[in-house]
Parts: sequence; structure tokens; C-alpha cells
Amino acid sequence: MESLSSFEIWFVFFTRLLPVWTSLIIVFSALFYWRKHLGVIGHLCNSPIGLVGLFIVLFWVFGAIFADMIALFDPYEQSGMFRRKPPGTINTKVDLPYIFGTDTLGRDLFSRMIYGSQIVLLIAPAACLVAYVVGITLGLPAGYFGGRSDTILSFLANLVLAFPVILLFYLLVAPGVRETILPNIMAGVFFLFPIIFALIVIYSRFSERLNILIPSVITIIVVGAWLYSGLVFNADPLGWVAIDPNELNIFAAVVFATSPGVFRLVRGLTMDIKTRDYVAAAMTRGEGPFFVMIWEILPNARGPLIVDSCLRVGYVTILLGTLGFFGLGMEPESPDWGSMINQTRSYIRLVPTIVLPATLALASFVLGLNLLADGLREESLKD
Amino acid sequence: MLLFIGKRLFVLFLTMLSLSFIVFTLVTIEPNLKKLALNQANMRMEEEAVQSWLEKNGYKRPILVQYGEWLGNALTGDFGYSTHFRKPVNEVIWPKLWHTGILMFWVLIITIPISLLIGIIAGMREGSKTDRVLSVFSIITTSVPQYVSGILFTIIFSSWLKLFKGVAKAGSITFENFTLPVLTIVIYDIGYIARMTRASMVEVMNAQYIRTARLKGMSFISVVFKHALRNALIAPFTVIMLQFPWLLTGVVIVEKLFNYKGFGFLLVAAADQNDIDVTLACGVVAVILVLTTQLISDIGYAFLNPRIRFS
Repeated sequence: MESLSSFEIWFVFFTRLLPVWTSLIIVFSALFYWRKHLGVIGHLCNSPIGLVGLFIVLFWVFGAIFADMIALFDPYEQSGMFRRKPPGTINTKVDLPYIFGTDTLGRDLFSRMIYGSQIVLLIAPAACLVAYVVGITLGLPAGYFGGRSDTILSFLANLVLAFPVILLFYLLVAPGVRETILPNIMAGVFFLFPIIFALIVIYSRFSERLNILIPSVITIIVVGAWLYSGLVFNADPLGWVAIDPNELNIFAAVVFATSPGVFRLVRGLTMDIKTRDYVAAAMTRGEGPFFVMIWEILPNARGPLIVDSCLRVGYVTILLGTLGFFGLGMEPESPDWGSMINQTRSYIRLVPTIVLPATLALASFVLGLNLLADGLREESLKD
Repeated sequence: MLLFIGKRLFVLFLTMLSLSFIVFTLVTIEPNLKKLALNQANMRMEEEAVQSWLEKNGYKRPILVQYGEWLGNALTGDFGYSTHFRKPVNEVIWPKLWHTGILMFWVLIITIPISLLIGIIAGMREGSKTDRVLSVFSIITTSVPQYVSGILFTIIFSSWLKLFKGVAKAGSITFENFTLPVLTIVIYDIGYIARMTRASMVEVMNAQYIRTARLKGMSFISVVFKHALRNALIAPFTVIMLQFPWLLTGVVIVEKLFNYKGFGFLLVAAADQNDIDVTLACGVVAVILVLTTQLISDIGYAFLNPRIRFS
């Protein structure tokens, strides 16, 4: 069987990734050129660790965007002739190389890795975003008002945090659970928060100016109801927004496991910031509590929140990988990294390289996020 | 102090009750019970037969009644019967928990000294070259989850160098087959605890009293040992204790990865096989372990840190 030498493998790898390299060069030159005007992101130029992190993260972001141009094969296409082939084997039928080899069903590992980034880079940040909105919407009032609602919410958050994550997933992401309405109820609750949050933001700012308030509230409710119907009930009247029941289940479980941590963080930050003078000044001006929370406290908590969000996206990526590793959630053909690890790990004695693409992809993406978070933290402390 | 412990115990009791109820509800959802019925009685049962089986075995009663009955039995030490192993749950779960205990023991024995040492050395002189190197090392180790590092270690040490075994057998532990599972958990945890220790150490080293001690002429080393360490190690103590849910998750992954038949392996097998009583028992035991460590952490923190104790 024909195959490429290791030099040729890396040559093909670099040429296939040309769109990614080009975009990276453009982004980084832009970053250096305007570094004085970009705030914290611009300060990153002084931190080699942060730059390395940003590089890795953007590599995967562009990899996901240009997946169709980069991949050599269809990630789902099986080939009986080329099973568990080592890296560099050439498929003589179509004259294309499997540069990272194939898995046990003869699917190209390189293409699966690239397409897998699309799934991971969509679900992990999206789940984090929803978890953040939930955590902020509940954490701000809890930290600001304190009292009984704070006690109850903190108790609930500690309840979830006391669960070992893996037990939570075995209870919440299972075929049995998917037959009940539990995932839809959870998603239904979580997806309400973005709408509530948007309404609070608008109301706290424009409560006096009805000519802006009324149209924006109507827009939020209409758009929110449309997205909500598609995501929670899978019944979008236009048919644009749809989500797989599996994915909804995973999404809800990940948000459920992540938001209590965000809640605790936001609550702590709020309790700290509300003692500052500018908050007292805003209260003396006669601003309402929600204005103070959203427009005074939240912007001043952004530093720790940005750093934490980088770490948390990495953590959620690990969680998604854990789900895939235990074969929970995703359908078996899915090229996400966790499932790939699960499907290939039994064959490492036959072909040791078979498991490398997915494992190294996952580890490098999380590493990039953690390095980026570290760089951002260092730079934001300097101000 | 007694009032503090009493309050904590009350919250702990409430949390345990709620968590065990949540676990109970989620394990005994209808699809699981139906699968159990089909498995236990007859694979080709009609819908009515399934319903009558559920009725006969008391799964149709209100959830609170079922939970109360289960709780009463559990409190008297009866966790039910395993449908997969065909043994009482008590005979299944305790030996497995012992195996996991051994694993955890070695993990903690290795992790704690190494990670504290790394954290202290890195945080001692913030921004130095040693600090940079050690910090990047801890970031790398926390970025690589156990299911990745475990597989990579197996390839390197088992397939390639042939130093250790890639499968760990519970019950007959040797250096050869036990190193990789322990190493995998240790590597992941070291980074996290080391970073926390470093942060706490940096904070203490920037405090006024350290500067005073330096200015009055004490040597750097004796300032670190006599003044800084005592305060810097309070936070890592809590972190190590609160690590427990993560540690448990890591143990489940590693046991599955290396086929080590301990508590985590049992949990996964029970959940996969729809073994309701074992899953319940495992879930509750896991929750009790986590909450107990949290209690120890809270009380220990108050004990070590007088500022918390008296406020």
C-alpha cells in the first residue's frame, strides 16, 4: 500500500491549513498594529504566554470556520478497505492521503478532527454563555440584596456543586432521561434567563424613555419567543432554529453543571463591588437597584469575569470530552473529540497514533484557553 | 465554635436529604423502571404487563412514599439488591469502595507534598524565572484531562517503553500495574493545587508583616518558614478538601480507562446496566463523601483561621 513519508505528511498538513495560517497572520498583524487602541486585548502583546494561548485558540476557531476547505474527506464516509491505517496511507481510489490515518471504520481522522472542532467550538462557548447569563441574572440580585433569596439560591448552588460531575451526567444525560420531558424542562428554564436578562438590561436603562423602551421590549419578546420555540420545543414556525434532542440534553446538563459556579463568582464580586464609592454615588443619585447592578456593578466586574470565562470554556470542553469518553449524549457517528477518543482508544495497541488527533486537539484547545486566561489575568492586574 | 459546627451539621443534613432525594428521583424515572421490568421479568412483555409489574413491585406509589421507604432501609444499612450482580448491594459496594480508597490514598500521599512544594517555590518569588516555569507547568497539567493523559501515558509507558502495565487489577496491586492510574490522577491534580498554593503564597508574601520581617533583617528563608508558610497554607487546605468532587470524577475516569474495578467502575457499570439499587447506593455514597470532606474543610478552615472563627 502506498504511503507518504513523514515529511510529506507534515507538508500536506501545512498546505491544507493555509486558510488558517493566512487568517492568523491577518489577525495578529492587525492586533500588533492597533495594540494601543484595543484595551486589554492589546495589552496581551506584552505577554508571550497570553499570545501563545490566543494563537492556539484562534487556530481552532479558524479551523472550525474553514473546515470545509481544510478537510480532505467527508468525516462520516466509511471505507472498508482502509481500516485503522497508519498516518500517511494514500487512498488510491481518489488519490488522496489519510494524513493522520483512519479509524476502525475507515474514516479519515484528520477530517474528523477538523469537523469535530466545529461541534466543540459551538457547544462549549454557547453553553458557557447561557450559564453566564443564568449566573449573572441570579448572582447580581443575590449578592446585592442578600437576605433570604440569597440564602436559598446559595443553598441550591451548593447542592449542585456537591455532586460529582460524572454522577450528575450519568443521571441527566442518559437515553432514559431523553424519553422524559426533563431535558426540555431544564432547557425551558435556562433559555428563559437570556430573555429575562435582556428585558432587565433594557428596562433599567430606558425605564423613563417610553419611545425606546416599548419597541425594544416588543422586539426582545418576539425574537426571544421565536428562538425559544425552536430551541426548547423544537417547533420553530419558520423552521430555521432546530436542535437535536441529544444536543439539547447535553446542552442543558452542561449549563446545569456550570451555572452554579458562575453564580457563586458573580455573587462574590457583587458583594465586594457594592461597597465601592461609585455605587454609593449612583444610589445617592436615585438610580434604581437594577440600574446599579447592570450598569455600575457588572461593567466593573468584567475583568475577573473575562478571565473566568476563558477558563470555564476550557472546563466545559473537558466536560464535553468526558461525556464523549463515556459514550453519553452524542450520537455515535459524531466527530466530536470526546466521542473520537472513546471510539479509538481500544485500538492503541494496534495503531498507537490512532488516538493522537482527538486527544491532542482537545488538550491543545484547553491549554490555549488556559494560557490566554493567564495572560489576560496578568495584564489586567497591571492596570 | 460549637454553634458553628452545629449550624454546619444542620445544613449538611439538609443538603444530604435533598441530594439523596434528587438522586432517587432521577434514578427511578419511568423509562429506567420499564427497562428494569423488561429485564427482570420477560423481554417480550406487553405494555399492560409492564404496568402491572411496576404496580406489583411498588413503583407506582407516590415518589415520597418510595423515597421514605428506601431512606428507612438505607439508614438501617440495607441498600437493596443488585439486579446485575445478583447479590445484596452491601456485598458489592464496600469491597469496591475499599479498592478506590487505596487508589485515593496513594494519589493524595503523592499529590499533596509535591503540589504544595511547587506552589510554595513558585509563589515565594513572584515573577521570577522559576515561578514562570512552574506556573506554565501547572497550567499544562491542568489543561490535559485524565482521559487524555491516561491514554498518552499508556502509549508511552506501556506500548512503547514497556515499563508499566496499561491495565490495573484491583486486589493484586503491584508497582507495575498501579503506577499509571495513580500518575494520571496525580498529574491532573498537582497543577490545580499548586496554582492555588502559589496564589495564596503570593498574597501572603506581599503582606505588610512579611515586609516588616524582612526589613528588620530576618533572612529570606526564615521569613518564608517562620512567617509566610503558616498563613499561606490555610487556603490550599480548603482547596484540597474541596477538590473531592473533582478527584472523584477523575477516579471514575481513570478506573474506567485502566479497568480498575473500584467504586467508579461500579458506578459506571451500574448506570450502564440500569442496576437501580447499586446506582442509588453509589450516588448517595459519593454525595456523602463529598459533603463530609466539605464539612471537614469548613471546620478545619475555621480552626486554622481565627479571623473566621470569631466573626
